[in-house]
Amino acid sequence: MNAPVTESQLDWRLIGTIDDVPLQGSRCVKNGETTIAIFRTAKDEIFALEDKCPHKNGPLSQGIVHDGCVTCPLHNWVISLESGMAQGADSGQTASYPVRVEGREIYLSLSPKV
Amino acid sequence: MTKARLVIVGNGMAPGRMLEHLFDLAGDAFDVTIFNAEPRVNYDRIMLSPVLSGEKSYEDIIIHGDGWYEEHGITLHRGEKVVKIDRVGKTVTSEGGIVAPYDKLVLATGSNPFIIPVPGHQLDGVLAYRDLDDVDGMLKAVEQGGRAVVIGGGLLGLEAAAGLKMRGMDVTVLHLMPTLMERQLDPAAGYLLQKELEGRGIEVRCGANTKAIHGDGKVEQVELEDGTIIDATLVVMAVGIRPNVELAKESGLDVNRGIVTDSAMCTSDPDIYSVGECAEVGGRVYGLVAPLYQMAKSAAHHLCKLEDNDFVHAETPTKLKVTGVNLYSVGEFGDGPDLEDVVLRDANRGTYRRVIMRGNQVVGAVLYGDVTDGMWYNEMLKSGQDISEIRDTLIFGQAHQGGAAADPLAAVANLADDAEICGCNGICKGQIVKTIQDKGLTSLAEVRAHTKASASCGTCTGLVESVMAITLGDGYAKKVEGMCGCTDLGHGDVRRLIKAKGLKSIPAIMQELEWKTSGGCAKCRPALNYYLLADWPGEYKDDQQSRFINERVHANIQKDGTYSVVPRMWGGMTTSDELRAIADVVDKFKIPDVKVTGGQRIDLLGVKKEDLPAVWADLNAAGMVSGHAYAKGLRTVKTCVGSTWCRFGTQDSTGLGIKLEKFMWGSWTPAKVKLAVTGCPRNCAEATCKDIGVICVDSGYEIVYGGAAGLHIQGTTKLGTVKTEEEVMEIAGAMTQMYREQGFYLERIYKWADRVGYDTVKAAIFDDLDSRRAYNERFIYSQKFSQTDPWSERVSGVDKHEFNPLAVFGEEAMEPAE
Repeated sequence: MNAPVTESQLDWRLIGTIDDVPLQGSRCVKNGETTIAIFRTAKDEIFALEDKCPHKNGPLSQGIVHDGCVTCPLHNWVISLESGMAQGADSGQTASYPVRVEGREIYLSLSPKV
Repeated sequence: MTKARLVIVGNGMAPGRMLEHLFDLAGDAFDVTIFNAEPRVNYDRIMLSPVLSGEKSYEDIIIHGDGWYEEHGITLHRGEKVVKIDRVGKTVTSEGGIVAPYDKLVLATGSNPFIIPVPGHQLDGVLAYRDLDDVDGMLKAVEQGGRAVVIGGGLLGLEAAAGLKMRGMDVTVLHLMPTLMERQLDPAAGYLLQKELEGRGIEVRCGANTKAIHGDGKVEQVELEDGTIIDATLVVMAVGIRPNVELAKESGLDVNRGIVTDSAMCTSDPDIYSVGECAEVGGRVYGLVAPLYQMAKSAAHHLCKLEDNDFVHAETPTKLKVTGVNLYSVGEFGDGPDLEDVVLRDANRGTYRRVIMRGNQVVGAVLYGDVTDGMWYNEMLKSGQDISEIRDTLIFGQAHQGGAAADPLAAVANLADDAEICGCNGICKGQIVKTIQDKGLTSLAEVRAHTKASASCGTCTGLVESVMAITLGDGYAKKVEGMCGCTDLGHGDVRRLIKAKGLKSIPAIMQELEWKTSGGCAKCRPALNYYLLADWPGEYKDDQQSRFINERVHANIQKDGTYSVVPRMWGGMTTSDELRAIADVVDKFKIPDVKVTGGQRIDLLGVKKEDLPAVWADLNAAGMVSGHAYAKGLRTVKTCVGSTWCRFGTQDSTGLGIKLEKFMWGSWTPAKVKLAVTGCPRNCAEATCKDIGVICVDSGYEIVYGGAAGLHIQGTTKLGTVKTEEEVMEIAGAMTQMYREQGFYLERIYKWADRVGYDTVKAAIFDDLDSRRAYNERFIYSQKFSQTDPWSERVSGVDKHEFNPLAVFGEEAMEPAE
């Protein structure tokens, strides 16, 4: 049975501090073949998405971060940082990853949210 | 029955409140002993700021005087720090050797101020802002006068700054983040606060990173990372607090960020409780007084074996205790995608209000200026009330249920009569209003004819129309198209208002022009960043996060996420050394494709992002710089070989092209700018489809402009003929500057010229020599700040974070780094 992963079973990895990610910017974490983009909003919230736009795999980490979303640099799709869902008329979803912030430290789980 | 022995370590506000509850619930059932490291009774720590500013005295802020301790039979050991807990024998021991046995122990050790360990932090004159001793130290510094530097633009730091200013010191606040109190306020409210404090003569420097404190024995100067030196006689560090958990840790209690407790405030030892800033409950530590008082209540109830009043997390409103500054913030105010917000700004009154909702519930509010509705929003937040019924009018507050919608013309209506509307002709709002009324004008054409407002460049047309709408009321209505969903103002109005109101930052524009979103979008942010850069050369600091990726990493993103790199080849000329260096870079970094571009240079395609700095370093070493092939700025100056080689060539078109490129490279413009200089009318350099073209003829140089050869194809329009290269340079600089000042973001020169009129451009740039010179001088001035090679900056470490991963996991981590 594939029971949903509970909070305590998540494999939290320390990836750095909030200050390592530019305000309203992004940094990448490499996990084997997968690149995970870590975003920091104007309000210091941290989100993690696979660095791939659901449209044409554009690197979301290179986009402009605004109002809880990122605009893909290739064709201006707007992706929700929380859910990975494309906004507006576009449809599609990028994998999102659980992140936890303790003090200034960022912990990332390498298993995407279900 | 003997009384239970209760020992408390710490005598701050939380244990004080806990005892009050305890005495109410259980009378004198406890025999209480308090150890206090400070030599004082319990005073109201949150009132330190009024003591500092002189609005209150120490006596005013005492909560429990000596009499209270006597009345309740409390043994108070002042200035006695507890150094040991014997959990088996159940005793505590103080530094002075006092041993006290306990049945129940309460740890209320509070927190320690965090001191940034910069060089010089131990100098005399460096203080924290935590207790009365710190206030005494500051008051001593006040007597000597001079400048106080407050490090930290949060709640405490700003209160300290305001207090010191009221005491007559010069004050500078240094804050690491871009806006003040970023944990409690969004950038818009932070901006208003900064403006208010600056209005009181407090210097505020955001984004300021302290490097060192200098002085011989005592503080003399503060040095910032950017090299700025500030003279100072006092440095106050107010950058945060750390729960004081040493004693608990040494005693073997569970300690995380704070002393870990359950919701009854009981630690991992069932006989030891913890309350106050040292306690961590539900994974959180607290610094504001409301939750600390709630902890006190929970602990008191459980000490009396009442199984109620468990601690539950609640959002606590924040208020700044600076007389005359009104701000209120509670709950969430981030940008989560499931959050919706409503923003109400009144630029004239300097007020700002934002209510944040999730579904049909209020989850946060930020108010600045008029905070009377703060409590109302907080009530809704706490009760989780369904607000769908009052959603439309929620933002206007409790008193205005059912009120009218906000007026989109408000920003213009709020302008003073002497605010300049038409910059070309120097026409103010008052003049336009008066002329409309005196002469009974009803159309834009009439207003132009009578006032000259918007009769020149036309960029203020929208503003003039707004003034007409306000003056004529329903008699005149014309919709202005907003630059994006964040504002109803068009690009032209925004540009005009940036200058008219002297707006110098993105938050300033969003506040003063009443942006409807909290932080803009990917459409307006790059535009605003450009306008500020163009309008305030040398003053405005480029906001990298408001730039499209290409301009941030100085290369062109490709469909697979790799980049293309184009080094500048001045006028299209290159050398064997440059070509050899390019070939070496291609081999070394295995660059898949090399292509000659339409702009007479070489494009290296498929460069991995992490290789960019190394690629640039090699190209820099061979003398090449960024070609800005990605920029809304000067791209290329295309040339033919001209009189140097060509049998038809009339002038040195290559030489002039190189001069133009060296003069104009690095400038940021509304959209890309491409030039060409061709040596004869045969036009091999294709000058007649460029933004600005120069066609060499026997008698001199014919200048053309406004060409396009992309989605839209349009031949250039002739500007005029001049005799010398110097005149060509001056005209190219002047025209680019006029375009920089008037163009809308992403509007090419041909569109700008179509909009403002070719006659207008010709009059300003060709016919009027004074105007031409003035534009060119402004261009030269702004170039002083833009001609830095972005590649060499990044090779030497600027924006290093852009190019390196934050962390590497999985197989790749095993491979050795190259």
